[in-house]
Amino acid sequence: MSNTEILDGLAAIVNEVAGTPIADITPDKAFIDDLDVDSLSMVEVVMACEDKFGVSIPDGEVKNLKTVGDAVAYIEKAQA
Amino acid sequence: MTTSQRRVVVTGLGATTPVGGDVSTTWEGLVSGRSGVRALDGAQYADLPVRFAGQLAVEPTTLLEKSESRRLDRCQQIALLASREAWADAGAPELDPERLGVVVATGIGGIVSLLEQNEVLTTRGWSRVSPMSVPMLMPNGSAAWVGLDLGAKAGIHTPVSACASGAEAVSAALDMIRSGRADVVVAGGTEACIHPITIASFAAMRALSTRNDDPAAASRPYDKGRDGFVMGEGAGSLVLESEEHARARGARIYAEVASAGITADGHHIAQPDPEGKGATRAMRLALEGAGATPADVIHVNAHATSTPQGDVAEAGAIRAALGGDVEHVAVSGTKSMTGHLLGGAGAVESVAAILALYHRLAPVTANLEDLDDAVGLDVVHGQARRLRNGDAVVLNNSFGFGGHNVALAFRSI
Repeated sequence: MSNTEILDGLAAIVNEVAGTPIADITPDKAFIDDLDVDSLSMVEVVMACEDKFGVSIPDGEVKNLKTVGDAVAYIEKAQA
Repeated sequence: MTTSQRRVVVTGLGATTPVGGDVSTTWEGLVSGRSGVRALDGAQYADLPVRFAGQLAVEPTTLLEKSESRRLDRCQQIALLASREAWADAGAPELDPERLGVVVATGIGGIVSLLEQNEVLTTRGWSRVSPMSVPMLMPNGSAAWVGLDLGAKAGIHTPVSACASGAEAVSAALDMIRSGRADVVVAGGTEACIHPITIASFAAMRALSTRNDDPAAASRPYDKGRDGFVMGEGAGSLVLESEEHARARGARIYAEVASAGITADGHHIAQPDPEGKGATRAMRLALEGAGATPADVIHVNAHATSTPQGDVAEAGAIRAALGGDVEHVAVSGTKSMTGHLLGGAGAVESVAAILALYHRLAPVTANLEDLDDAVGLDVVHGQARRLRNGDAVVLNNSFGFGGHNVALAFRSI
């Protein structure tokens, strides 16, 4: 998948889980600090990403995914 | 003035029920005899002996953001909607959060979410179980979400006493204000547990009506043809406030919450005492606590679930509690239209009782065609009944499996 496709897919997930407007979900934004995604929502986002992108995101990795960009990069690498 | 003498009043009402998605639609339905009971769609119900229920008139997910509704059990969705309506109806008062409390009761809470997540566990594995499962299934979830929504910090509580839960919420809220713990308390009850297992469980007790060919006619309290109760889902909410707090801000006051009479039957885990002694005592305690006599009572919203035994046991208790004055009391069985809302019943029926007092109009008992001779009450049927003016008291009865009896007394103010 392309970087843009992953970002769009992730944005749709965050929008559905946390209600954040799609336009606000840009690579520089931090999930917790900027997008108001709490820790439980983050688990939901990760689960949905695993299903949508066909990747595995272990708990140990999640704490490193601070921004939207971090997550997109991880997913792209995991799909490769 | 000591806090134990604080008068407590009702300043806001909210509800979402099988008869209507808000208070005004529900009330309009109750006074016109409209049923919210209909057949259950879905193959999962096809083999059950009971295939109908009182289902919400308005789907709660149509009124909530997806990101909000997806993490709430259905009982929590409707508890929130009802409490938001009640809060707005009360004029959304501004007060110190530490003086604001919440009591939202439920019979079983988020059982449907638990069942759905168990399905996820068995089909997709533990890693796909929702991280919101615990908040969705925990019985205090509705009260907690209502509390979060309002920023309430005086205390958040969830009484549980089966079909008396919603009425216990009103009683607990009354106590919370009288004891000085809060000035305003949002009290409510909620239930949304319609599912094959819950229907099968009640059906296994032979407690449910099996009138599958005519669902809207199945809930028929006091009628000779009644054959059991009808499950329903719904939520009711009331804003209770100390009278001085309400008057200071110029709130519109519906009624006073005068008293709660609470007893236990000590008889059976599911059947009511056929002699109704506990129910009689609850009504007497409610009247005593209200400083009222049977002559003051103009209306009773009866528990009246449409079971062959329960309806007449309660009717006897009402006659014992009110004596000769029972002739002047208009009795309504609103479960005839909503079905039995379980943990939501006591709250929704409190809303109905308060509106009956406020508008001086007793709702219809629908489907009453052939009054059981053993009832001996003036049951409102055919059309809503005008109630007399002047100072008056109405009672709302709720009795739960396990022998929990709650009689709430509301007084005009």
